[in-house]
Amino acid sequence: MKNIKFLILGIFFAIVLSKTQAISWYRFYEMFRFQSFHMYGIIGGAVVLSAIIMQLFKSGKVKDMNGNKIVPKPKKKGFISTILGGTLFGLGWGISGACAAPIFVILGFKFLPALILLVGALLGAFLYGIVSKKLPN
Amino acid sequence: MDFILQPWPWFVGGPLIALSLFLYFYFGKNFGASTNFETLCTMVGAGKVSNYFKKDWKERDFALLFVVGLVIGGFISATYLIPSQSIDLNPKTVQELTDLGFSNVANQYFPDEIFSEDVVFSLKGFLILILSGVLIGFGTRYAGGCTSGHAITGLSSLQLPSLLAVIGFFIGGIIAAWFVIPVLF
Repeated sequence: MKNIKFLILGIFFAIVLSKTQAISWYRFYEMFRFQSFHMYGIIGGAVVLSAIIMQLFKSGKVKDMNGNKIVPKPKKKGFISTILGGTLFGLGWGISGACAAPIFVILGFKFLPALILLVGALLGAFLYGIVSKKLPN
Repeated sequence: MDFILQPWPWFVGGPLIALSLFLYFYFGKNFGASTNFETLCTMVGAGKVSNYFKKDWKERDFALLFVVGLVIGGFISATYLIPSQSIDLNPKTVQELTDLGFSNVANQYFPDEIFSEDVVFSLKGFLILILSGVLIGFGTRYAGGCTSGHAITGLSSLQLPSLLAVIGFFIGGIIAAWFVIPVLF
């Protein structure tokens, strides 16, 4: 099982999100009401440190475990799609307090509510797959 | 051991998330979570309805294992690592939510008003969760990523679309917290 490392990384990442309260509904509500630094500190800190890591990848100083250069995939372009898609996601995030990875973590806390969120997310992704060609980008 | 059972401060969270991103790339893959929604759709047969889902999900088996790890990690945290779910929220936040009718604010991770079994089985409670889920699934795919893919990976690799996506995330989140939540509760 060469991919077992991703399972372990998933467990680790879930523990980090849980222990820092970054999966708590209240922490997101507080963030969107600008009443706490906590989530800004977590996300900001992660981005700043990751930006340094990205420079090590880009300069080729750090290669992946197979010796290949690490190149983050370019994100798809499109002004309307990213803003509008982002806003729709943000609405769901702000109401439920869950984003993509936390939905799976919350399954370990609140199984049934998280399962409903997950089924909704799959329906949403399915809907996008059906209508994607007709949407403005 | 005491540190493990205490809540971890924000300055521990940021570096450990960055470490997760580093390891994900070091293992040879791009860090992100929302593509799994598509992969799961493919696995349950969405390819029969739309060509969009005609993909080989086995190519993303590493990501599915990551997801299984997320569930296991959540369970381990909930069961063994978090003896108290009380949160040191801003008193103003507590007051606001209490005024909206929320009970037991900040003494748990997830409010009963959205996550308790009574509410989940009510029509309103069910619709809140399922429609939030649809917005999350649809929105992340339309925007091309979620918090880990855009806000962490995309921003840190200085990609303009990710900045736009994150602006969108916050527009949506602010609308939710300032206008939707007060109407719903």
